Amino acid sequence: MTILVWIDHHRGTVQPASWEAVGKARALAGDDKVVAVVMGQGVDDVAQQAIHYGADATYLYDDAVYAEFRYEPYTAAMKDAVSENDPALVLFPATTRGRDFSAFFACSADLGLAPDAQDVRFEDGKVVAKRPVYSGNMIATVEVKTTPAVVSLRPRTQPMPEADASRAGEVVRKGALMSEDEIPTKVEKFEEKEQGEVSLTDARIIVSGGRGVKGPEGFEPIRELAKVLGAAVGASRAAVDAGWISYDHQVGQTGKTVRPDVYIACGISGAIQHQAGMRESKIIVAINKDPEAPIFQIANYGIVDDLFKIVPALTEEAKKRLGK
Amino acid sequence: MHFWFNDEHEMLRNVVREFSEKEIRPKIRELDEKEEFDREILDKMAEMGFLGVCIPARYGGAGMDYIALGIVSEMLEWGDTAFRETISVHVALNSLAILQWGTEEQKQRWLVPQARGEKIACFGLTEPDAGSDVRNMRSRAVRKGDVYILNGEKMWITLADVADHFLVFAKTDPEAGHRGISAFLLERGMKGLKTGTIHGKMGARASNTGFIVMEDVEVPVENRLGEEGEGFKIAMSALDNGRYTVAAGATGVIRACLEESIAYAKQRVAFGRPIAEYQLVQQMIANMQQRLDIATLLTYRAGWMKNQGLRNTRETSLAKWYATEAAFASANEAIQIHGAYGYSNEYNVERYLRNAKGAVIYEGTSQIHTLLQAQYALGYRVDKPLRCELPPYDAEEWSREA
Amino acid sequence: MKYIVCLKQTPDTAELPKITPEQALKGNEGVTKVMNPWDEYAVEEGIRLKERFGGETVAMSVGPDEVDEALKSAIAMGCDRAVRLWDEAFADSDYWSMALILAKGIEKDGGADIVLTGKMSVDGNAGAVAHGIACKLGVSLLTQVAKIVEVGDGKITVERLLDEGRETVTAPLPAVISVVKEINEPRYPTFIRIRKASRAQIPVFSAADLGIDPAQVGAAAARVTWTNLVKPEPKKREVVIIEGDTPEEKARKLLEYLIDVEKVL
Repeated sequence: MTILVWIDHHRGTVQPASWEAVGKARALAGDDKVVAVVMGQGVDDVAQQAIHYGADATYLYDDAVYAEFRYEPYTAAMKDAVSENDPALVLFPATTRGRDFSAFFACSADLGLAPDAQDVRFEDGKVVAKRPVYSGNMIATVEVKTTPAVVSLRPRTQPMPEADASRAGEVVRKGALMSEDEIPTKVEKFEEKEQGEVSLTDARIIVSGGRGVKGPEGFEPIRELAKVLGAAVGASRAAVDAGWISYDHQVGQTGKTVRPDVYIACGISGAIQHQAGMRESKIIVAINKDPEAPIFQIANYGIVDDLFKIVPALTEEAKKRLGK
Repeated sequence: MHFWFNDEHEMLRNVVREFSEKEIRPKIRELDEKEEFDREILDKMAEMGFLGVCIPARYGGAGMDYIALGIVSEMLEWGDTAFRETISVHVALNSLAILQWGTEEQKQRWLVPQARGEKIACFGLTEPDAGSDVRNMRSRAVRKGDVYILNGEKMWITLADVADHFLVFAKTDPEAGHRGISAFLLERGMKGLKTGTIHGKMGARASNTGFIVMEDVEVPVENRLGEEGEGFKIAMSALDNGRYTVAAGATGVIRACLEESIAYAKQRVAFGRPIAEYQLVQQMIANMQQRLDIATLLTYRAGWMKNQGLRNTRETSLAKWYATEAAFASANEAIQIHGAYGYSNEYNVERYLRNAKGAVIYEGTSQIHTLLQAQYALGYRVDKPLRCELPPYDAEEWSREA
Repeated sequence: MKYIVCLKQTPDTAELPKITPEQALKGNEGVTKVMNPWDEYAVEEGIRLKERFGGETVAMSVGPDEVDEALKSAIAMGCDRAVRLWDEAFADSDYWSMALILAKGIEKDGGADIVLTGKMSVDGNAGAVAHGIACKLGVSLLTQVAKIVEVGDGKITVERLLDEGRETVTAPLPAVISVVKEINEPRYPTFIRIRKASRAQIPVFSAADLGIDPAQVGAAAARVTWTNLVKPEPKKREVVIIEGDTPEEKARKLLEYLIDVEKVL
């Protein structure tokens, strides 16, 4: 009962959710095999890391055609890895690329797909996954009827395994399965995102602002606190709709779903639509001057006060405590 | 007999609701606080066709019916009163008066650019010393050859400082009482025509309200709407349409009060239970639901009558009287449900109360409407046919392109 | 050029929290339904493509009569016409059967140069139908599209939004593209278009019309099934309200909890 895990990386930088998926596969496989699948150019290091994180072997498709993610060569390689390993389950991290790739691969191999699952297990030989639907308002249990089953695992739903550099395993090297001429899609340019801002979905800590920040300038103290904590900046829909901050910061039903270790909600009343995007956070802190705001009903810690007094104070105290 | 809206109405309702939700509500607290009229929102409305909603396509309108005019008014005021007032004066009081009374040349010259939203129109009837008492207006129009010379002052005029076109009323025969009033179409840029904005209103603060001053304004004879002396009838027939949009708008206020009260009552906990579970709160919710249904039925009955080409002065007056009082009462109860928060501008309901008060005063105070209803009931008042009636809605005719 | 926008009718986002698992499993949520909000961006882009490069934009959806409302909204926004695909046999189809139905519908309509979809639906949240359509049609697939740079010479160039940055990609037409919110600001329908759309007649094609064997689609052919549906269990949290005389004191106490007790900072 082999499990394949696709490792999502961009030019050798691995999305951490890939390791979470390896860890989950390791836990599910028991004594059976976990095989990592890596595609890229000159990414031997990624293949090794997969073994350190728990894979028994890595299928490494290494060639210039794999340098950038493209559906055609990647799907051909994944089909090859599947036919060689005969897995019961093919796991993907539900990163942007992982979700895209798993869907296209599953359809082209006519396999059942459970996207963006928060958990997966074997039950009577079948793969059963739990996944949020209705934008986080319900959890569906999904049974996949095909073998293998294809499942993508939502980032931060699984524990991050410890890397063990002493683990050894085979790296099966494979080359191109199609020539560049056979691949119609061409990547022409890549512009890296500006560094500095922590991405919401990967963030361990999020400081978020809502209607209570009162304007675009109200996000300044929130950004300062985020900077000191190494946190990402989130926002409620009210703040985004009012044009105070851009949409990519929106947390909630029509924005991003996050599950950081700490979510600090500043001036957010906590409408059910917002809760749908953040209630799985480990610790929720609510700062709001309305003691009746629903956010306090889902918070672990609450401060009933003006965020414009508390947030700057937190920034100053955090600088002292964290030695920055 | 049936009581439902058609697909076109439903789609329109959804779109206007979304417009209010996304374009008006996020900005309104600030606009209201600063007493600012948002030209950007008006421009978007113009682009979408709000300003010619029920005007036939061949006159530049969207070619919808009079029910659609009600829906637009209702769902705009669900956002804020200010933007419904724009529809009331631009479409109902001015454009429909031209559709009803104007010559073909006047429709081409004035109505087409208004319906397309290229020109903004307002309505100047009220004066500093003459509100309900129209026949005592002081504005004068004296004919000199091919022109009338207009003098006078109009007060509490919505969009006065924004409008390009003005429908104003002045006395051509001061001795003839209400039969001595005539209606004129003026445009910005005419010599001697000045406008200004009035500040310090209690509600509808995001609306532009102002005054018009006319000092020897020369108005060509072809700008007279209707016959000389027909001004009073034109004004009253225009009010039949204006009041309809006010009634529809007030229905939107009741709807907003009810929706927000329900949401708050379910969420706010007191003595360990959501306040929605307390019967005295339920009483207020029930009151609002009752008012919403009555206001809706009265308003759209009037709209239906307009579609049929039936005279609806009485029915419109009743709808306006009832709905505006009901909106004020609902806003008052909505604040009560919201408690101290309702009293602050953290929530919308205090704005609804301030906004709702204006509408029980303008376009006929509640007292005027009370007396009207009594006079109709007692048989002291009977509506006579007009020389020009509001044309009944005809789907084919309305969608015919120029 | 011809553009087909595949869209879905979903519950209004404000209504999502009100839906019960029982209603969802019955497939009748009993709430207001609208065009899937993510699909509005696809419709808008389909209209913009027509405005930029000429041609026709068609809206297409799978579902019973009530779906006409969403299709009419697409016409009101600016689509030239709409097509609905429905058959009792289509009910409870999985992603790949749905993709097959849409692919057959696209072929039935004479094909398209560009097929557009939204990123995902607000109810199913799979975001897999674009991939399925491309697969079934055997054409290029471009996802996470934030900008259509150029269309011409039988090719399309787009900018894709990756977690790491922005990528420019060229692929041959026909192509299926799934768009993200950043691509545009959907327009409001004009009232004139609402009036016309509300009276539009929308043709419906059945399994037989599309040449689909009913055994290929529907619940029996599904590769995945939902065996259970529940409301998420809220984590039991007992809120600790932090008191203090000054903001600084409150801030200090909160940090003590987060650093020393919870060990999360």
